[in-house]
Amino acid sequence: MTFQEITENLKQKFGTAIVEVKETVQPDPYIIVDPNSLKEISKYLRDEEILTFDFLNCLSGLDLKGKLAVVYHISSMKHKHSFVLRVEVPTDAPTVPSIESIWKSANWHEREAFDMYGIIFSDHPDLRRILMPYDWEGHPLRKDYQVPEFYNGMKVTY
Amino acid sequence: METITKTSHGRTLRTEEMVINMGPQHPSTHGVLRLELVVDGEIVIDVIPHIGYLHRCFEKHSEQMTNYQQVIPYVDRMDYVASMNSELSFAIAAEKLLKIQIPERVDYIRVIMCELQRIASHLIAIGTYGIDIGAFTPFLFCFRDRERILDLFEMTCGARLLYNYIWIGGLSHDLPQQFIPTLKEFIVDFRKNIKELNDLLSFNHIFIKRTANIGVLPADVAINYGCSGPMLRGSGVKWDLRKDEPYSVYNKFDFEVCVGKGEVGTLGDCWDRYIVRVDEMEQSLRIIEQAIQTLPEGNVQSAVPKRIRPNPGEAYARAESPRGELGFYIMSDGTGTPYRIKARSPAFVNLSIISEISRGCMIADLCAITGSVDIVLGEVDR
Repeated sequence: MTFQEITENLKQKFGTAIVEVKETVQPDPYIIVDPNSLKEISKYLRDEEILTFDFLNCLSGLDLKGKLAVVYHISSMKHKHSFVLRVEVPTDAPTVPSIESIWKSANWHEREAFDMYGIIFSDHPDLRRILMPYDWEGHPLRKDYQVPEFYNGMKVTY
Repeated sequence: METITKTSHGRTLRTEEMVINMGPQHPSTHGVLRLELVVDGEIVIDVIPHIGYLHRCFEKHSEQMTNYQQVIPYVDRMDYVASMNSELSFAIAAEKLLKIQIPERVDYIRVIMCELQRIASHLIAIGTYGIDIGAFTPFLFCFRDRERILDLFEMTCGARLLYNYIWIGGLSHDLPQQFIPTLKEFIVDFRKNIKELNDLLSFNHIFIKRTANIGVLPADVAINYGCSGPMLRGSGVKWDLRKDEPYSVYNKFDFEVCVGKGEVGTLGDCWDRYIVRVDEMEQSLRIIEQAIQTLPEGNVQSAVPKRIRPNPGEAYARAESPRGELGFYIMSDGTGTPYRIKARSPAFVNLSIISEISRGCMIADLCAITGSVDIVLGEVDR
């Protein structure tokens, strides 16, 4: 199925939960969905026969200066098509529902997005830092991140 | 969990759970991976992986570059035993964003290099897997053959491990004159060596005892966990991006997708994942043979852009690396500096399944399972 067909299908099923369709973005267009319906939409994308998105390729955090975003690249092994979803949340209240129960591969990817951007994935079973040390302060991939001068009282020289 | 058993003298024996650390400095973790094990005697109840010891902020560094081309040496250092494949993935992602067409000769040389690199990487995987199990000789045999591939790379671009060879839109050097004859000699010799390897390790009785029926991964679990590459094919799923979503010029070559069949044990066990790698080396040789037969002429640098400044937009491109689906998500804001680069590394995703498949196994089997996942910590931690 093409991007337009999948978007049309989702619009009919979910209506206003599809916030925006970014058709003009090249080369990979995407849709923005409401965080509150993310789980429902993901489940539909995975289980609906004609869509069968069984594979979560990539889940990336994103800092859009003022708001944070999570990008989901999904694809189907059965139908050989792929699709891009995105949710956007304000930086001061970055809570996104976890989709770990739908695609297990999201587990570590979500931990990474939490580690790097501070996005809180509600009802994630094990939301800990993954790449940075457990006692690290701040979220390094945010655009306004200041590199700390000290780590555990030790001066860090660059 | 508490079990009470009796000794042979009739005394009761109480066992307790114990937490032990395997790694980060442990030979069978292939680098700096720490596995926190909860064990009951010799039986592993739970495995909690701790990663990040080799985290070098690849993504943060990329956002500071002044040019997309400067990212490529960093990409090399992600999967340091298969740098060519990492470079190719990044190059096709950037080319997708830039919408540039590249000369056919470049594509052919890229395929030759990546398939050679796949053989080299699988040789490391197989050799070190032998060591994990306790067989030392196959390791030396594998490294002998890998050396000849590295010599070919050195002849082409001067580097043996981290090449910076595949550029956005082209290559850093054309093939030297001696390359094709030396490669042909290598192919003839290596075919014999695969047979030798099979006799020595693959069908060795002790090796089969240690790997068959261990760490069984069912296909649906593998897909749900996002496993790819030999990990997924070992479970019997016929999925290879070179075949199912052909990139570069892979659609012009005839080759087979190797899958595990449960020949000596259960479908999806450690031995199946191992044998997929061995079989893939033969298929890579087939691809290389076809590519050198039909190698077109041309200039390898004619499409290299002088100034790389993509329009605002985003692209995700993926390619089959020796470990699985290596994807790059690049977001551009219209300047020469990438706004965001995310690497979807196959080893990272494949490793996340380890606690699922190793519950209930023995500690010694855990070494066999980690070895069969074939992780490279440089890529897991980026």
